[in-house]
Amino acid sequence: MTDKNTSYSAAGEVGSVRMRRTRLQRTWVELKKAPPTAIIGLVVIVFYIVLALFAPLIAPYGEAEVLPNPYAPWSSDHWLGTDQIGRDLLSRLIYGARNTIGIAFLTTLLAFLIGGALGLVAAINRSWLDQLLSRGVDVLMAIPSLIFALMLLSIVGPSAGSLIIIIAVLDSTRVFRVTRAVAINVAVMEYVEAAVLRGEGLGWIMRREILPNIMPPLVAEFGLRFCFVFLTIAALSFLGVGIQPPTADWGTMVRETANLIQFAKFDLRAGVTPLLPAGAIALLTVAVNFVVDWFLHKTSGIRDEQ
Amino acid sequence: MAVVSTIIKRLLLGLLTLFVVSLIIFGSIQFLPGDFAEAVLGQAATTETVAAFRKELGLDQPSYIRYFDWIGSVMTGDFGTSFSGRAASGVDRSRSVAELIAPRLANTLFLAGMTAVVAVPLALILGITAALWRNSYYDRIVNASTLTTISFPEFFVAYILVLLLGTLWAVFPSLADVQQGMSFGERVYKTALPSLTLTLVIVAHLMRMTRAAIINLLASPYIEMAQLKGESPMRVILFHALPNAWAPIATVTAFNLAYLVVGVVVVEVVFVYPGIGQLMVDAVSSRDIPVVQACALIFAATYILLNLIADVIGIATNPRLLHPK
Repeated sequence: MTDKNTSYSAAGEVGSVRMRRTRLQRTWVELKKAPPTAIIGLVVIVFYIVLALFAPLIAPYGEAEVLPNPYAPWSSDHWLGTDQIGRDLLSRLIYGARNTIGIAFLTTLLAFLIGGALGLVAAINRSWLDQLLSRGVDVLMAIPSLIFALMLLSIVGPSAGSLIIIIAVLDSTRVFRVTRAVAINVAVMEYVEAAVLRGEGLGWIMRREILPNIMPPLVAEFGLRFCFVFLTIAALSFLGVGIQPPTADWGTMVRETANLIQFAKFDLRAGVTPLLPAGAIALLTVAVNFVVDWFLHKTSGIRDEQ
Repeated sequence: MAVVSTIIKRLLLGLLTLFVVSLIIFGSIQFLPGDFAEAVLGQAATTETVAAFRKELGLDQPSYIRYFDWIGSVMTGDFGTSFSGRAASGVDRSRSVAELIAPRLANTLFLAGMTAVVAVPLALILGITAALWRNSYYDRIVNASTLTTISFPEFFVAYILVLLLGTLWAVFPSLADVQQGMSFGERVYKTALPSLTLTLVIVAHLMRMTRAAIINLLASPYIEMAQLKGESPMRVILFHALPNAWAPIATVTAFNLAYLVVGVVVVEVVFVYPGIGQLMVDAVSSRDIPVVQACALIFAATYILLNLIADVIGIATNPRLLHPK
């Protein structure tokens, strides 16, 4: 249906209205229909992204700036007090957004590059390569990933780089499974066969034929995987073998301020301090989960049987 | 018998997985950068001590012989000797890994067992009732609260509990320093907070997975058929749904018990609980490789074993295999 159509039809009018909307407007319409949980989730995510991007402008002190008064209580100078060697906690919390989220995001991206590419290749190939990759993934998934990560970190020594690579490789196994499972159904479609027959290469078939058709489940998986990676990295940092000081990171901050909790009886604000970085982690994962939930309902029609 | 042969096949597969996993864990030590004999003993170590240490580790032998040596002694409960306690002078105060692990493993099993006894029945009841009364207010409340708990890192839940029940309203000790020779009641009291933390996390996961599995099951055509035949709801659940539900319930339970094994690591560190998880974290920090290897092997073996048991239960209760055409 185009605007040139002279005869009136209701379907035509609806169709043309839909066509006149730009992508931005359509997104806006979708957003207005979104449930409150998804809106809250989106607002929280945008807030975190702004914090992460503009950390040096927002934070009152430097990331590792040591001030003369350690363990200072909450005050107008230091809204959240200072830590054991006198670094401003609010500033570290803000810089932590940048480091913690940035590293988790990079790791998830890398996991998707590895797992997604191998999953697509396995789904198209379906022969010895698929068998080899799938059995390899089965074995890797037989070891709990936190334990595996701990073992590998003890060998290469903890650093941000090795952390990213280790977690990305371990998590790519899950991405591989999801990608392979959804891509197998698409790989047998006629249009893929047609592309193969007209002589397109593996790269074209992966990117242009299959990938666009498996995007929605992959995007949802990206959200969930990000949460998982984020929590794993936070746990490793909390255990002291993840992101290393003086880099501000929420997991490490919880570990460093944990003993303040014992003073909650005398100063409740001191007792709450270690919960703030932990709460920052929790809030982000809740927000991402809410948005993914909404996205899944919208795109794939996965919903509970009514 | 279809059932027996399938179970035997699954058991063999489990054994094979365990073998490959032990290969991976052993192989990882090979990739250590540099000579860790010198790293462990320190710069001041004499050539003789380093050579003796290398010989003790068997570094002068080919790796496949070392693998069979290692796995052979692991089978007899000998995990080698810890790296810590060695000095450059050749004085050796190190302890055997088995001796370090044994009491801690018992502590961890106590914590995990105590959690499982409370969490598993609670989660199954919550999950099944939420599935039966789905979309009711009860279902929505349970669902929303568990979705929130899932998103929390374990140490967040743990520290909230410490703040509320450990300091502000001090009912339970916030340090779970269990010692040998404690009475059972005292032990339960000391481990109350770590166990409660794990319970909250496990119940959330297990409840959601049970609910999804049951809803999936109730959507099957044979359940609709039974309802259309005019069977009572009770009969539908007990005689049509339940026989098919054992497999998903076993899988979900095993998955969560396996998750419990891993979650224990963080919780033990928070509460300074003398378990195997904390031992592993300490060993990772000090790069005490034999201890790390032994802990990783124990964790991985438990994980594989739990999944194996779930699969075997699933096969053994599968009505399609039990009543072949």
